[in-house]
Amino acid sequence: MIEFRSVTKRFTQDAVAVNDFSLVLPSRKITVLVGSSGSGKTTLLRMINRMVDPTSGSIEIDGVDVATLEPVKLRRSIGYVMQNSGLLPHRKVVDNVATVPLLRGVPRKQARLDALELLDTVGLSRTLADRYPSQLSGGQQQRVGVARGLAVNPNILLMDEPFGAVDPIVRAELQQELLRLQQELDKTVVFVTHDIDEAFLLGDQVVILRTGGLVAQIGSPTEILANPVDEFVSSFVGADRGKRSLHLENHGGDDLVVDSEGRLAGVLSTGTKAGTRSGPGAAAQGGVRQ
Amino acid sequence: MNLFAQAVQWILDPLNYVGVNAIPLRVFEHLAFTLVTLVIASAIAIPIGFFIGHTGRGRGLAVSVAGAFRAIPTLGLLTLVALWIGIGLGAPFVALTILAIPPILAGAYTGFEAIDRRTVDAARAVGMSEGQIVRGVEVPLGLPLLIGGIRSAALQVVATATLAAYIADIGLGRYLFTGLKTRDHAEMLGGSILVILLALALEGIFATIQRFVVPRGVISSRSKVVRVRSSRARPMVNSAVEKGTQ
Repeated sequence: MIEFRSVTKRFTQDAVAVNDFSLVLPSRKITVLVGSSGSGKTTLLRMINRMVDPTSGSIEIDGVDVATLEPVKLRRSIGYVMQNSGLLPHRKVVDNVATVPLLRGVPRKQARLDALELLDTVGLSRTLADRYPSQLSGGQQQRVGVARGLAVNPNILLMDEPFGAVDPIVRAELQQELLRLQQELDKTVVFVTHDIDEAFLLGDQVVILRTGGLVAQIGSPTEILANPVDEFVSSFVGADRGKRSLHLENHGGDDLVVDSEGRLAGVLSTGTKAGTRSGPGAAAQGGVRQ
Repeated sequence: MNLFAQAVQWILDPLNYVGVNAIPLRVFEHLAFTLVTLVIASAIAIPIGFFIGHTGRGRGLAVSVAGAFRAIPTLGLLTLVALWIGIGLGAPFVALTILAIPPILAGAYTGFEAIDRRTVDAARAVGMSEGQIVRGVEVPLGLPLLIGGIRSAALQVVATATLAAYIADIGLGRYLFTGLKTRDHAEMLGGSILVILLALALEGIFATIQRFVVPRGVISSRSKVVRVRSSRARPMVNSAVEKGTQ
């Protein structure tokens, strides 16, 4: 469990990135911090592994204030995945994955074997192990990034817009992959994104932030969709534009799901499941169950 | 017979390959003097450059001091130091070390600065200590530019090391100064040609080393345009390095 206790971060006197932020992030769940630029979501994420220290307030991991922990040691116990993969360009894929275990003193041979296994876990071929990051596609690099994040078998995985720089098809693939991994590995995941659909798809708990690190709403995707607390939230999730209010239209015998502006959201399929994952996340993606 | 032919003949003259003034001996002296100067200048400039590159602190100071060092006329400095510590090897050493420091210093810190900040940030975020970031990330990725700095320093020092003979009996400059005194232009030009050949040889060696030290993974990414766009707020803007460049 990660707990933010009235955390404030000022970079300069005027620039408040996060203002009196309190939140409990439950263990073994995915918490998504979502907001536009300048909402302090990345700053919040980076305070967990002390890449940023709060101006006031505290962050606790399982009851231990992170400020009392040595930053380097703390970071080695937490997985970190970032947008541009952040791989070391001069090291091979396998060495990138093994970076932190080697720093922690795992023997080279063992670290390499573990790294190869992790490539399997994230769905990469072992033949890529001896390539350099620049020789991989963006999606593959992100998978390597995830493998590196998992290399020390951390309880906590921090993901900073990890799928932000890949194309929509690969992005959807990586999102499903993350959900599959999460079912297997059961980590406490903190995920930062500016994409509300991604937030609803992945999050058990979604935190919508507004500029200046203020919380607009916290809740499950269902709660937020059903009861947006204010105009900001309904605009952010797209409810005000009618993107979320769907109805059925019949075209030549097929039931089409259409939003209030007449844009096609999907086709109603009867008897079969609409997606690989049902529930609020799927609803946000346009699938509707009967 | 023109002067150039005379100079070549002077270089090939067997008489110039014996005694204290033998060409191989002078070449060796010149080279040794150059290398020792480079080593000492590197020992001073590289740690400072790495510190500046890693922390971003003191960059402004380094740029102005290095700029001022570059503007110092070497012959004037040589004379000044010689008047201070006397005739001998000491004065040219000091003068040439000061000449060599700015390019090496610049190579060291620009090498670090040229690295994608996000790579360094990621290295820190996964738990590399500052020392490990320097050794494992910044030095290997910054090495080509550092070698470039040493290469440029080597070129300046090997050419300017002829001045050492002005104060001390050492190096290829000897031929220039004796030739000047005895009006032996063939000897002067011959000596100059040797300096030029030495400079070209050093240049070739350093160019090869520079190409060799570019990490393999970086070569393959050279031509590729990496899409860079981040929609998130950038806490890294507040990093020391960014501040230093402002």
